[in-house]
Amino acid sequence: MSRVELERRGDVAVVWLDPEGEPVNTLSTALLRRFSELLDEIERDDAVKAGVVASRSPRSFAAGADIREFLRFTSPDEVRAVISEGQALLGRLEASRKPVVAAVHGACMGGGVELALACRAIVASDHPSTRFALPEVNLGLLPGLGGTQRLPARIGLPDALDMVLTGRSAYARKARKMGLVDVTVPQESVVDAAVHAARGLADGSWRPREPRRPLRDRLQGSAPARPLVWRTAERQVAKGGGHYPALPRVLAVMRTGIEHGRSAGFEAESKAFAELLFTPEARALIHVFFAQSAARKNPYRDHAEPRPVDTVAVLGAGLMGSGIAQVSVDKGLHVVLKDRDLELAAKGKGAVYRGLSRRVGKGVTPFQRDRAVERVTLAGDYAAVASAQITIEAVLEDVGLKREVLHEVEAVTQPGHVFASNTSAIPITRIAQGAGRPEAVVGMHYFSPVPRMPLLEVIVTDATADWAAATAVEVGLRQGKTVIVVGDGPGFYAVRVLGRFFAEAMACLREGADITLIDGAMRHYGFPMGPFELLDEVGLDVSAKVETVLAEAFAERGVPPDDAVKRLVEAGYRGRKAGKGFYRYERGKRTHEVDRHVYQIAGLGSRRAMPEADIQERLSLALLDEAVRCLDEGVLRSPVDGDVGALFGFAFPYFLGGPFFLADRIGAAALVQRLRALEGRHGPQFAPAPGLVRRAESGERFHPQDEERPTP
Amino acid sequence: MFVPSPRTVAVVDGSRIPFLRAGGGYASLIAYDLARMAVRGLLDRAQLDAARLDAVILGSVVQNPATSNVARDAALAAGVPERTPAYTVTMACISANRAIADAGMMIAAGQADTVLAGGVEMLGDVPIGFTREVRRRFFETRKYKSALDWRRFFAGLKPSELMPQPPAIAEYSTGETMGRSADRLAAAFGIARGDQDAYALRSHQGAAHARSEGLLGAEITPVAVPPGFDALEADDGIREDTSLERLAKLGPAFVKPFGTVTAGNSSPLTDGAAATLLMDEERARADGRRVRARVRDFVFVAQDPGDELLLGPAYAVPRLLERNGLSWSDLDVVEIHEAFAGQVLAVLAALESDAFARERLGREERVARVDLDRVNPWGGSVSLGHPFGATGSRLVNTAVHRLEHEDGKLALVTACAAGGQGHAMLLERGDA
Repeated sequence: MSRVELERRGDVAVVWLDPEGEPVNTLSTALLRRFSELLDEIERDDAVKAGVVASRSPRSFAAGADIREFLRFTSPDEVRAVISEGQALLGRLEASRKPVVAAVHGACMGGGVELALACRAIVASDHPSTRFALPEVNLGLLPGLGGTQRLPARIGLPDALDMVLTGRSAYARKARKMGLVDVTVPQESVVDAAVHAARGLADGSWRPREPRRPLRDRLQGSAPARPLVWRTAERQVAKGGGHYPALPRVLAVMRTGIEHGRSAGFEAESKAFAELLFTPEARALIHVFFAQSAARKNPYRDHAEPRPVDTVAVLGAGLMGSGIAQVSVDKGLHVVLKDRDLELAAKGKGAVYRGLSRRVGKGVTPFQRDRAVERVTLAGDYAAVASAQITIEAVLEDVGLKREVLHEVEAVTQPGHVFASNTSAIPITRIAQGAGRPEAVVGMHYFSPVPRMPLLEVIVTDATADWAAATAVEVGLRQGKTVIVVGDGPGFYAVRVLGRFFAEAMACLREGADITLIDGAMRHYGFPMGPFELLDEVGLDVSAKVETVLAEAFAERGVPPDDAVKRLVEAGYRGRKAGKGFYRYERGKRTHEVDRHVYQIAGLGSRRAMPEADIQERLSLALLDEAVRCLDEGVLRSPVDGDVGALFGFAFPYFLGGPFFLADRIGAAALVQRLRALEGRHGPQFAPAPGLVRRAESGERFHPQDEERPTP
Repeated sequence: MFVPSPRTVAVVDGSRIPFLRAGGGYASLIAYDLARMAVRGLLDRAQLDAARLDAVILGSVVQNPATSNVARDAALAAGVPERTPAYTVTMACISANRAIADAGMMIAAGQADTVLAGGVEMLGDVPIGFTREVRRRFFETRKYKSALDWRRFFAGLKPSELMPQPPAIAEYSTGETMGRSADRLAAAFGIARGDQDAYALRSHQGAAHARSEGLLGAEITPVAVPPGFDALEADDGIREDTSLERLAKLGPAFVKPFGTVTAGNSSPLTDGAAATLLMDEERARADGRRVRARVRDFVFVAQDPGDELLLGPAYAVPRLLERNGLSWSDLDVVEIHEAFAGQVLAVLAALESDAFARERLGREERVARVDLDRVNPWGGSVSLGHPFGATGSRLVNTAVHRLEHEDGKLALVTACAAGGQGHAMLLERGDA
């Protein structure tokens, strides 16, 4: 746990935040109380003229409040009491007659920003890791220690609204420009500079320079422009579809402070924080936060040693292969990029160059890009693969071809070399048939486009050795991916669940629901895209291949087969990349208009109305039911993995926390009841998963109880 | 390890032209002029027939595109025969050290008997370029057929793209200026502003004293600069009248407003050139020449140009000492390049640090207990100036001179360089 201690530097007292072995400082209640005592000491001691708050962590100033601590409270009143105590402490810090300066290096998040804001000046390092963010809205909360009040006062309303509503980071340069930071210095000097600044503030020899704001900002921050600023912000908030209650609360609380004075603002802030903490949305978002943190650790770390990897061989230099190469070299790995000939491989290297070039000027220099791109070695045959410790194949989705490249790779590599197949649906066990070293074969299922999509499924078969799986996971983590380990089977987890979701969407379509009606219903439910928009993005041809793999298992359970997608593919409808799909395309961009020919080509009859709620019920429960089956069949190792896979694989709504978190909220018994009702109306595909029926009887939950407290 | 051959490398002589502040006394010249004066000056001083040279090697950093192999152009103009090869090396502030090391290896390997090595820098004449787009269009103009084609040159060109582009003294890999890196280095090693100023003062006082004693003059070849051909025989950067109070008044030059590196405790931008003459020892004796010193060994090292840009000597020195079975206390003479007072003090602090030795060098114990009396008593780059490509040769010449003057046995030359590289050379006293 973090602690604080006092160091004297002449007439300046430095309050050190020390994470005590943890990577970052967390501002627990205990720490803030101790901080308060040190503040007393500073105020009492006549030899001390000024103070500095600094961190001993090499990469973080303070990460904010300890969220777990807040989860232990059972009523908003308890929370308010703690928040008010913290607010009072920061108020005292702000008003102290001895000026205190914040020395910020590394991540300054949430409560850390609020602590810095209560200081008289902020000196920050100009290191690329130094950033300021108020990410509370991502947890369904808002800043509770004066952030909603002091930030607009310091940097102006428009910038403050942007930071608080989006949770986006302001890096040192930007923070300096917007006036959040007063002085930037190199990392090594940050504490010395803050000591200078504090001393200067105390004896009047230095004071922060007012930042020069652009005219536009000054106008927007002025009183007459405020109604416009509020309206713009309200419109932005409305885009959340009403699923994120923290956003309108942020506006209301900031407005209270500006219109009714600061003490009213602080009052409103603590009240809003305490109430938001007990909303189901906040609980879900906090769950998402913890689940994602878990997926950034290697689950094998305690019982299998990953093989050290410095070179990855990527087979196939197309969209997938070059994407995998890009995320690898970007994080310092070397890549042997192999295709049928050097020319094709070079095309892939060009894609890596273009991909990385998009970041030049945004924290990446041309030199860094060049260096990363030069980590790609081109190969036209298998000989160079021998220098890699792991191969990731991204050739066409064809079992025969994948087996062939597996044999080629085994022929040139030693035992210990991991072979990973990047397939979206073909079972790894089938690819590994006839392999000389099946223990070294895994699946690594990336989502397209690889540089943008966070999820990676690492697929293990019964034959896969732990060291091989551990190595694949480690490579994925190094590539910056959110990794879950899943068992083998058609479609693994994400694609299988999504397949069931698509199948139900097709069923609704077949029954006469309009494409836009179905997509609209699921967007209103909380998905960023409806199923048909998503099918267009993924590609209908890709989806048709996946359907073939899934068809058998689905058919056994009575999921009605549908040839609509296949027929569309045959007619040249392959989605966005072909400029032809469920929707019409103009200059490569999807319009809101459905391609009217689709209904005819797919052999669909006349359209009829269908209640939105029915569509949402059918699609969401189909998805939940399939996820439970994956868990009980051993495809998933844990419900947390299932939530992560859905959230980051196909953008399951964050405010619902993932399929298993949602299932717990609804309750197994209620789910079984609702599924049975659907089964009666629509057929056997809605027969509830046996595991769900069992849980309905036993009352067993997916996640432990403390993950989700009852809302008062 | 270097020098396994029976041939030993002798330092026979060395000299330089005065080091002048950039854009000052040499303002009408280009680098090639300075190099030519230094080469000719040394040949004259050593009374060496230029035909005896087997090679000329010069270091240079900021190159004039008109004389990209400045060693060759300077050698030719200095009267070195056409048939003697000459080439230019570049390794930032240790370019001349690289040139001397190359000469040593050529001699040891039997590739050459006599080599003139040194370096040149003309920071008062840095090439000003244009943006890549303007340069690209300029290349296109070769295909223009009529004057009207020049309309194409300006079509769609932004006025900002026409702005000339002066080079920055910054690392390409990190974008960081050297001064800022020095500020960080000083901060990382806890070197206070006051200590840096005190070191700078010491450098100026040492140089001023050495000049008044005639010690510097003995290493300098006077020059006559066109068009006026006024003789110049002394450096112009030494401030014998400076004081701690004056130095303390200067504001930080790179990290504002709380940095510690100032114009006063940094080496100034300087124009100059220097040269060192090396020979196979047997050959030198056969010629009846005095062997002033021998090159015993040298190392080049490289580190992270981000965080250890100027810390090269802290790695080079222990490696050099260890593999020669020597310790710091065996050294009589130490000449270290003073890029910044803060950098010198950081390097010395690293050498004196047990923690640095353990964490970075894998040694049990610190490398040295530094006795500052042996380090740069005649001034250094902070006071004498620092023409990037030439400084290494000045360091070797002064080290050899000091071995004689102080009647020492072993001398160490060490320097840091942009790119995070470093160098150390061990010299042994020659004939009395």
